[in-house]
Amino acid sequence: MQATRALVLVSSDCESMERGAQLVYERLQQEIRAAGLQDEVVVSLLGDVGRHDALPMVIVYPEAVIYGPVRPDDVPFLVEEHLLKGRIAAGLQASTRELSGRIAWLSARQGTLPAERRIVLERAGLIDPEDIEDYILHDGYEALGKALTTMTPAQVIDEISRSGLRGRGGAGFPTGTKWRFVASAKGNHKYVICNADESEPGTFKDRLVLEGDPHSIVEAMAIAGYAVGANEGYVYVRGEYGLALERLSRAIDQARQMGFLGRGIFGSDFDFDIHIHVGAGAYICGEETALIESIEGKRGEPRSRPPYPTTHGLWGKPTLVNNVETLANVPPIIRNGAAWYRQFGTKSSPGTKVYTILGAVNVTGLIEVPMGITLREVIAIYGKGMRNGAAFKLAQTGGSSGSIIPASLQDTPMDFDSYARAGVSLGSGALLICDEDTCVVDLAKVLLNFFRVESCGKCTPCRIGTQRAHQILSTVAEGTAEMDDLKHLLALADGMADYSNCGLGQTAAVPIRDIMKHFRAEVEAHISLRLCPTGVCPMSGRQVMAA
Amino acid sequence: MSSTARLDEKVYTAVQQAIQRHGREREGLIPILSEVNRALGYLSPEALSEISRQMRVPKSQVFSVASFYRMLSTKPRGRHVIQFCESAPCHVVGGREVWQALQDELGLQSGETSADGRWTLVTTSCLGVCAVGPVVIVDNDIYGNVNRAQLPQILARYE
Ligand SMILES: Cc1cc2nc3c(=O)[nH]c(=O)nc-3n(C[C@H](O)[C@H](O)[C@H](O)COP(=O)(O)O)c2cc1C
Ligand code: SF4
Ligand code: FES
Ligand code: FES
Repeated sequence: MQATRALVLVSSDCESMERGAQLVYERLQQEIRAAGLQDEVVVSLLGDVGRHDALPMVIVYPEAVIYGPVRPDDVPFLVEEHLLKGRIAAGLQASTRELSGRIAWLSARQGTLPAERRIVLERAGLIDPEDIEDYILHDGYEALGKALTTMTPAQVIDEISRSGLRGRGGAGFPTGTKWRFVASAKGNHKYVICNADESEPGTFKDRLVLEGDPHSIVEAMAIAGYAVGANEGYVYVRGEYGLALERLSRAIDQARQMGFLGRGIFGSDFDFDIHIHVGAGAYICGEETALIESIEGKRGEPRSRPPYPTTHGLWGKPTLVNNVETLANVPPIIRNGAAWYRQFGTKSSPGTKVYTILGAVNVTGLIEVPMGITLREVIAIYGKGMRNGAAFKLAQTGGSSGSIIPASLQDTPMDFDSYARAGVSLGSGALLICDEDTCVVDLAKVLLNFFRVESCGKCTPCRIGTQRAHQILSTVAEGTAEMDDLKHLLALADGMADYSNCGLGQTAAVPIRDIMKHFRAEVEAHISLRLCPTGVCPMSGRQVMAA
Repeated sequence: MSSTARLDEKVYTAVQQAIQRHGREREGLIPILSEVNRALGYLSPEALSEISRQMRVPKSQVFSVASFYRMLSTKPRGRHVIQFCESAPCHVVGGREVWQALQDELGLQSGETSADGRWTLVTTSCLGVCAVGPVVIVDNDIYGNVNRAQLPQILARYE
């Protein structure tokens, strides 16, 4: 296993190549070898970086220093200064003015690498989660006090809107806008719900917030309640999250004792209290209307929408539903202001994102990084490279509702809009990194199995579609499928995407479409050659047919 | 009351206590089912009827809710329940092989209970511990980074 200390990327679009990028690349390799750094430093080519005034460009991570234009003769100095002596090679840096296009986000990161920037997890692991006083010592309940004593509900909502915060539960909906919908909905009985049902495969960020910093959610819910005009909140906690439940319950009790929950909080006339509802094991209850049904004591079947929970939610009343991570961003924004928040991340997706990195990397786990980081960086810097030096093939984001990101998109900034433009999604924040040993047919089969098992069965396109799609993928993996089956598979995907009642059925189409779009040849080999290129699929049907 | 007289004392007490804690409102149904399931090991037809009677919720609805959620069981289970995570993150880091080995070792398939009542084997979706996949959970004990060679040792810890 080799530990990579630095990653050097050379731009290699047409224009860079014309201006000698290839020579720069070769010279870098020579100099790095000459300095004996070949085991610690990885040099790699980067596609179009969108900045044409400084080509060819060399970007060095983990510091994310951008050099350019770099001539082959500059390389010895660059290697000596930056890679050997560890300081910025004077005079070679690209001008920081007019950064544009795909690397504009780099400028916004201001020294946030290599250390992670922590907003959501600012206290997790640093304070005693069972001690409210420790939380208070670390600026706890300051935001609630500020909101209640110096701001009107409308001002709180404005601040959240200006911060640009977007929902971290998967859809990326602007949080301020949602709060405004609930605030302006008719009726004087409203609810705030924190969605802590976290069940997306590969995702466990919300659990760490609840376990490490439960008071931040209590505080955020009270602020949200004040802003939208709700006096009651519910936290829907996944049934398997025992420790999170215990710590959250204790936090709520302590907050009641100290007067942060209850009547007349901070001497205002605002009352707020929080109930906990423990789930009983059903992925679909993470969908907000299924979650509401479940709190009401019913099967967790998603409702038809509209109307939306913002006007007709829990017991038919206007209801705000936000994810744990979304809420955890609220107190820091109120405390420090929207402008402070906007210095992190990208223009359209400010702030940080918490990810879980899993799969074929050297280090797996949880990270919080500014929005706009790329997959390549996540793998190189936080995953400490691919396991056994393997080649990166694809990543599966956001649990099963995310999408399959082929290696060709590893330099696309990870923010809501850049990903949407590339036709992929960030999902809930899981990054399952796969190497060349992963078969896309096998992967899609496992994902469809998940949807098949977790479908609530309320609507036909999803109930039948996920079963059929899983069946077809199984025959592909066994080597008994025909080419026409792929057409059926894509038609099933269309049917599920267009006619399913909720996001589960709609996103069940995604893995099918993704593998057919990015890995068609590999899928077809299972059929035309009766061969699994990675050797993962059982292909058991082959012998039967040959016999 | 003749109906409670015939009822298993244990079932009656479990239901009674759960309802006392969570109230008779419909909102309490799932917490009550969870608590009775924990107390009795599963939700027997008698337990479900008793919940229906005491809460005044139609039996059909109590059954329908009980059968919806994975953590509620309407069938008796073995002394030990083994949950195996079959989601993608565990699957791609070796879960596929471990699952095959686990079924072979126990002679059981997903959803089955062994004849001696020792084991129930079930698959589950992600349990949020995938940083250490593949993951096997026996009762409340979580085993991470499991490979096939470790399975006999793990299973031997449970009577
Ligand atoms: C099938 C399905 C599962 C979902 N699971 C979750 C979940 O586990 N946690 C969550 O916060 N949101 C989940 N969502 C999204 C919620 O419906 C909802 O959009 C979200 O809680 C809103 O919060 P946000 O605006 O803060 O992101 C899921 C959606 C679908 C369609
Ligand atoms: S799409 Fe699937 S999960 Fe959603 S309501 Fe229909 S059957 Fe249920
Ligand atoms: S398992 Fe299918 S290409 Fe392999
Ligand atoms: S995928 Fe197995 S625990 Fe998450």
